[in-house]
Amino acid sequence: MSAGAPLVRLTGVGKSFTTGVTALKDLYLDVRTGEFLSLLGPSGCGKSTALRIIAGLTAPTQGQIDWGQTERPGVGFVFQDPTLMPWADVWRNVYLPLRLRGVARAAAQKPIAEALGMVGLTGFEKAYPRELSGGMKMRVSIARALVSRPGLLLMDEPFAALDEITRLKLNNDLLRLKSELKTTVIFVTHSVYESAFMSTRIAVFSGRPGRVAETIDISEPAARDEEFRLSAAYGDYCRRASAALHGGSNGRSRHEP
Amino acid sequence: MAAQTGDHAMNRDRLLNWAPPAIVFAAMLGLWEFVVRYRAIPPYILPAPSLIATTLVKDWDTLSASMLVTLSITFEALSAAVFGGVVLALAFAQWRWVERSFFPFAVVMQVTPIVAIAPLLLVYLDPGTAVLVCAFVVAFFPILSNTALGLASTDHNLVDLFDLYRASRFQQLIFLRLPAALPYFLGGLRIAGGLALIGAIVAEIAAGSAGQGSGLAYRIVEAGFRLNIPRMFAALTLISITGILIFAFFSGISWLLLARWHDSARERG
Repeated sequence: MSAGAPLVRLTGVGKSFTTGVTALKDLYLDVRTGEFLSLLGPSGCGKSTALRIIAGLTAPTQGQIDWGQTERPGVGFVFQDPTLMPWADVWRNVYLPLRLRGVARAAAQKPIAEALGMVGLTGFEKAYPRELSGGMKMRVSIARALVSRPGLLLMDEPFAALDEITRLKLNNDLLRLKSELKTTVIFVTHSVYESAFMSTRIAVFSGRPGRVAETIDISEPAARDEEFRLSAAYGDYCRRASAALHGGSNGRSRHEP
Repeated sequence: MAAQTGDHAMNRDRLLNWAPPAIVFAAMLGLWEFVVRYRAIPPYILPAPSLIATTLVKDWDTLSASMLVTLSITFEALSAAVFGGVVLALAFAQWRWVERSFFPFAVVMQVTPIVAIAPLLLVYLDPGTAVLVCAFVVAFFPILSNTALGLASTDHNLVDLFDLYRASRFQQLIFLRLPAALPYFLGGLRIAGGLALIGAIVAEIAAGSAGQGSGLAYRIVEAGFRLNIPRMFAALTLISITGILIFAFFSGISWLLLARWHDSARERG
């Protein structure tokens, strides 16, 4: 388990659907253990498809995926919608991954309490999804993804549907959780600002068919606060990501070292 | 103090909700009673509500026994429809070829009027069974189609999530598809309850001439032969009440099961 070894390597991965649409083509991507990797790109560029391929929810039509370990680690997935079971209260929603794995209720009490504590929802165990705000539902969704202590957390534009204030708050909370749990995160977003604030590395996707146009390392300490949002470095990273995003051929002529 | 005024306001709202329909209903009955008495319409043409009520009381022993018969046929047929409909819907959800092969039969059963099938069933089956089968046939389809729809319209992201955690098909069924289908199933059940009653009545009326059965519909046929119109109305009233009770019963069950989480049971403030 050397520090530099990729957790997962995608080699020439492509995905075409039976409808004839090619979502991904020639995707080369290494995911490093412990990093916070953002997949940044316009909608329809195949970044969500890449995430679903990594999760094993769909198989690539070309290329291959190699896991650094022998197989895929435990994976947590957060969708754009909270995707909660409306008939189950918060506790039972978070219990789901453990229940499917055959963990008894009694044994699940502690991890569930911890997961709810991490997302700040202690005391809401008996609430039903419909009684919660959008941000709180997303917190439940994150708690459910974290309760099984996954080695890899996959997030598909989780905060895209939330209001600005809630999103900034959840950005900060997610960074804190990431540093506490030391899990690897792959975070799909179409927001330059969100990716620059959260990530240790950004993979910028080109338009359809999607592939990685450029990767940007964010060499800042992982613990970031509101100060970072105001810093000049943050502005630079945003500009670089933005240029790569809109670049195509022009974006190549950046004067960056 | 404030709470008390709140209570008063709530009582007043409740009164305003219930008073108009109650008054309208009473007025209709009053008008009916008045017209019958004023125009001196004979009871064998149109009995007054008061006469229907007294007939109901006078013939209560016969009529209530018939009501029980009709109710038990309805619920037997409904239980069979629930069992058959849910099992077939589950098979539809598991194997597409089952759905493609069997759904046409279900549709044919549904679109062919039960009145047209009943005489045929009476040829093949003994009258008691035929009545039960008729009620089953009409109650079956809404249960089947609603449950199948509910099972098929499970949130696909949740299905992905279950796949991600490597849930077995059985786990997916128990923890995901069945609860997701519950509101649809209950909607079908409410429709099927009313239809089962209709099926039972129709079949009984068809069978009535064969001299068999003692349900409410048979009482109507019998009273018709004897020109006992007040008793026809009394039996009709009981059928309506039975239908309303069945509907209320399943609405209540639906509310109990869905009130906490489903939008259909949400109280609007």
